[in-house]
Amino acid sequence: MVEPVSPLGAAWKPGAYPNTAGETGLVLSETRPGSIVQVAAWPGREKTLIAAIKSVTGLALADGAGAGRVDGAKAAFGIAPGTFVVVDQKEGLAATLGAAIGVDTGTVTDLSHGRTALRLAGPKAEWVLAKFFALDFSQTAFPPGAGRATSHHDIFAQIQRSGAEQFDLYVFRSFARAFWTALCHASEEAGYRVG
Amino acid sequence: MLITCPYCGPRDLAEFSYQGDANRPRPDQHDTDQARWNAYVYDRANPAGPHREYWQHAGGCRKHLLIVRSTLTHAIESVAFAGAPGATPQAPRRAAKGRTKTGPAKGKKP
Ligand SMILES: [Zn+2]
Repeated sequence: MVEPVSPLGAAWKPGAYPNTAGETGLVLSETRPGSIVQVAAWPGREKTLIAAIKSVTGLALADGAGAGRVDGAKAAFGIAPGTFVVVDQKEGLAATLGAAIGVDTGTVTDLSHGRTALRLAGPKAEWVLAKFFALDFSQTAFPPGAGRATSHHDIFAQIQRSGAEQFDLYVFRSFARAFWTALCHASEEAGYRVG
Repeated sequence: MLITCPYCGPRDLAEFSYQGDANRPRPDQHDTDQARWNAYVYDRANPAGPHREYWQHAGGCRKHLLIVRSTLTHAIESVAFAGAPGATPQAPRRAAKGRTKTGPAKGKKP
């Protein structure tokens, strides 16, 4: 099998970068999923699409804005009405979703090569993200599993809270290096580790 | 300025793009009436107050929205998905009769 190449290239510098107090507030990493797929329902077909996501991934999504689920190697979350990002660490999800979602239900778009997936984990993850996005990252407003579509200047970002102190960001692959470098700079104050 | 997207919730203005006046029903594409097309392209109600307008939540869910915003205060009266029932273009709100260029007629509320 072909080995996937990270878009971060030389910007990926594993190691510890504690702040001046010697603290490490968060860990930055790349989750490198094999499949990142966007699915969208035609109007009125949302429930059929949600059922298809469940049949393929086992993830049961609530029918509400930004609802999402995380289960080990798989994740799904809403980014717009009837529109979801579905992620699997394995390759081939676009094909299985495409087989389960008929043309009368909606569309399936394989973004696996078009996005890069970055993870922020640790007690300072909320703090660092709040510097980038005008969103409420508290757990009450943004519960685990939930998703948000937002942007940092012109870099669109789709964010899922994949744990109490963990967020997964999906950004355009062509912006990955610039965005990653900005994330590292923003994390200096809290202290961070890459890897 | 915050706009409360019906899907995403309250979001910063920077995530939205203005898409224009929502008071202009587009004439039928086969319409050859010059005056109607002229009105569609050039005429604006330009109110000092509530104004129906299209916005796109470009940096979020990317949906097109129909927003009623006060051009005086920027207060947002309502936000709906464009194309939703009741969120289609309406004929321009013309200036009330009895109004002049210098102000409202005497004895009438503006
Ligand atoms: Zn939105």
